Amino acid sequence: MAQFDLRNVDRRVIFTLIFVAVAWPLIQPMRLPMDVTPPVQQLYDSVEAVPPGSIVMLAGDYSPDTMPELQPMVVAFVRHAFRRDLRIVTTSLWADSPPLIEAAMTPLAEEFGKSYGTDFVNLGYMAGGTVTLLGMGASIPNTFPQDYHQTPVRDIPLMREVENFDDIALVMNISSGTPGTREWVQQVQSRYRVRLASGTTAVAAPPFYPYVQSGQLVGLLGGLKGAAEYEGLVGATGDATRGMDAQSIVHALIVFFILLGNVVYLMERRARPTGAARPARAPEVSP
Amino acid sequence: MTWLHDFVLGAPGTTPAVVWGYWVAAVLTLAVYSFLYKDNPLYRFAESVFVGVGAAYWLALLYHNTLVPKLFVPLFPPEGEPMLWYRIFPGILAVFMLLRFFPKLSWLSRWSLGFIVGMYAGVNTTGFAQGDFVAQLHATMTTPLTEGGGLSIALNVAAILGVIATLVYFFFSKEHRGALGGIARVGICFLMVAFGASFGYTVMGRVSLLIGRMTFLLRDWLHLMH
Amino acid sequence: MRREIPLAITFLVGMFMLVDFFVPHTRVSAVGEEMKQWGTIVIAASILLGIGNLIRVHSKKIARRNTGWGYSIVCLTVMSVMLWFGLWPGERLGPSPLVGTIAQGSYFNWMYMYMDVPLQSTMFSLLAFFIASAAYRAFRLRSPEASLLLIAAIIVMLGRVPLGQLMTKGLPEKATLPWLTEAIMTYPNMAAFRGILIGAALGVMATGLRIILGIERSYLGGEK
Repeated sequence: MAQFDLRNVDRRVIFTLIFVAVAWPLIQPMRLPMDVTPPVQQLYDSVEAVPPGSIVMLAGDYSPDTMPELQPMVVAFVRHAFRRDLRIVTTSLWADSPPLIEAAMTPLAEEFGKSYGTDFVNLGYMAGGTVTLLGMGASIPNTFPQDYHQTPVRDIPLMREVENFDDIALVMNISSGTPGTREWVQQVQSRYRVRLASGTTAVAAPPFYPYVQSGQLVGLLGGLKGAAEYEGLVGATGDATRGMDAQSIVHALIVFFILLGNVVYLMERRARPTGAARPARAPEVSP
Repeated sequence: MTWLHDFVLGAPGTTPAVVWGYWVAAVLTLAVYSFLYKDNPLYRFAESVFVGVGAAYWLALLYHNTLVPKLFVPLFPPEGEPMLWYRIFPGILAVFMLLRFFPKLSWLSRWSLGFIVGMYAGVNTTGFAQGDFVAQLHATMTTPLTEGGGLSIALNVAAILGVIATLVYFFFSKEHRGALGGIARVGICFLMVAFGASFGYTVMGRVSLLIGRMTFLLRDWLHLMH
Repeated sequence: MRREIPLAITFLVGMFMLVDFFVPHTRVSAVGEEMKQWGTIVIAASILLGIGNLIRVHSKKIARRNTGWGYSIVCLTVMSVMLWFGLWPGERLGPSPLVGTIAQGSYFNWMYMYMDVPLQSTMFSLLAFFIASAAYRAFRLRSPEASLLLIAAIIVMLGRVPLGQLMTKGLPEKATLPWLTEAIMTYPNMAAFRGILIGAALGVMATGLRIILGIERSYLGGEK
C-alpha cells in the first residue's frame, strides 16, 4: 500500500472533502445563528428611510458567475422595496444582468401585486460603462431610449417621472466588477450626490470599506454573508441564508488545511539540517 | 417513487421547458466538473458551447439594446419622428472600428480608438480626482477623533496613521531607509492585514459560487434539498 | 497623418470631457450628453470587433483542420442557432413571441438561462476547489509579514461565518471573532485600501492627462 505523505496529498482528496463539506450542510441544514454587521444595518436603515412612493434605482452590474452571491441581494432588495411601496427602475451596465433581474423581479411583482410600467421597469442593458453613467446623469430616458422589452421609454408611465438622478431617492448597485460600484461612486455619487448603496461580491468588498467610512456608500453588502444578513433583516429566508451553514463548514475546513499545511512545512524545516538544500518534491499525483 | 417522478419529469407545476432546462443545465454543469478529475472531451465540448452561447448573447443584446435604438432608429426613424442626422458620425466611427479586420484599412480604426480613449481619459481623470482623491482625503482629514470612547478614538488615530504609512510605502522616489523606511514598514503591516482580509473574503467568494451550483444540483435537479 | 488625426481626436474629446465637468452651461452639457451617446455606439462596435474576431479564429481553425477543429464547429453552430433565435425577424416564421426576440420566454432566453448561466457559474465555481488545494499547498508562514497576512485571513474567514460566532460565544464582545473581523475590516483594511485608492487616483489622473496631451501614445499601436 502506498505511504500517505502529507506533503504530497492528491488534490482530488482535497476536492472530495470540499464537495462533501458543501453538500452535506445543504442537505442537512444546521441553521446556525447569525449576527448583523454595521454596513448591512446601515443599508437596511437607508432603505427604510426612503419615503413610500419614491423611486429607487436597482443598478444590476453582474453576471451569472456571481449569481450565488448577488442574486439573493437583488431578491432581498426588491422584496424590501416593494414592501415599502417604493417604485423601482432597473438599469444594467453588464449585458448579462437584465434577464437575471427580470427572473428575480417577476415572481416578486406577482407576490406584491405590482404592475410593470407603473411600479417597476427594467430598462435593460446599455454599452458604454462609465460613459453611460454620465449619460444617465444628464438624461436617463435619452440614455435608455427603450426598455428591456423594447418598448419606447417615453411610453412607460413610471419613466415620465424620471429624467435624471434628481428623481431617484436611492441607488442600489449590485456589482461584481468593472464597471460597477467604483464607477458609480466616482461618476454618479460624487457628481450628483445621489444616495448610493452597494451589494458586491466578497472578492470586491474589502476595497469598498473606505467608501463606507467616507459616507460615499450608505451601506455595503459583502458576499453571501452580507446577502444572508440582509435577508434576515428583510424577514425572508433565501438562498443566502441557506448557504451559510455550508460556508461555515468549508471555511473551517480550509483553515484546517492552512494550519495542517503549515505544521507539515514547519516540521519539514525543523527536520532539515541547517544549510541543507530542500528535498525535491515528489511529482504531483495527477490524472 | 415521488422523488423519481420529480427527478425525471420535474416537480408538480414545472413546465416542460423548465424541466428540459434543468436537465440540460445539470448535464453541462457535470461536464464542467469532470475537469476536476482530468481534462476530457466532455469538458471541452461544454467549454465550446459556453463560448458560442456567450458570444451570441452579446451580439444579439448589443444589436437590440444599443445599435437599434441609438443608431438605426435615429437615422431611419418611423414616420412622424425627426431624423437625428448627426448620428451618422458615430456610425462612421463604428464602421471604422470594424475595419480593423482589413489590414490595408485598419489604420482608420485608430480614429475610433482615439475617440473612446479620449472620452475615457477625460471622464476618468475627473472621476478619480473627485470621487477617490478629494473625497478620500477629505474623509481622512475629517475622521472623528472626539466621539465613541477611548478604543474607537485610538483605532481611528491608528487608521489615519495607517493611511499615511501606506502612502509612504508607495513613495518610491526616495530609498526606504531610516525614518522613511520605518514608516514604510508600518505601511507594509497595514497592507498585509488588508491583503489577509481580502484573502479571507476571496475564499468566501469562491466557496459561495460552489454553494450556488451545488444548490442547483441538489435542489432543482436532484430534489434532495428541502 | 495616420497618427496625428487620432491624437487630435483624443485631445479634442478628452479636453471637452474635462470642460463638460467644470462648465455647467446648458449648451456645453447638451453637446456633452450627445457625445456620450456617441461613445456608447462606438464602444458597442468595439465589442462586436471581439466577437467578430472569435468567429474569424474559429473559422480559420475549421478551414485548416487544426487541432480541436471539431470543437470550433460546436462553438460556431451553437452561436449560429442562438443568433438565429435572437435576431431572425419573427414575422417571417409567423407571429411568434419565441424567435427574433430576446425577451423572457423566448428560445433565446431559454438558451441563455439554461446553457450560458449554468456554464458561466460552474466555470467560476471550480475556483473553490483550486483555492482549497492552493491553501494547503502554498500558504506558508515564511516571514513575519506572511504571518500577519495569515492571522488576518484566518480571523476573517472564521469571523465572517456563523461558526465563528458560535466558537467565541460567551467571550467578552471585543474578544469574539465577529467583532475582531469587523474591527479588521473597518480600521486597518480601510486604512490600507484608502492609501491604495489615493495613490491609484493620482496615477490615473496623471495617465489621463498624458493621454489627452498626446504624451502617452501606446494605445495607437506600433505601426505607422
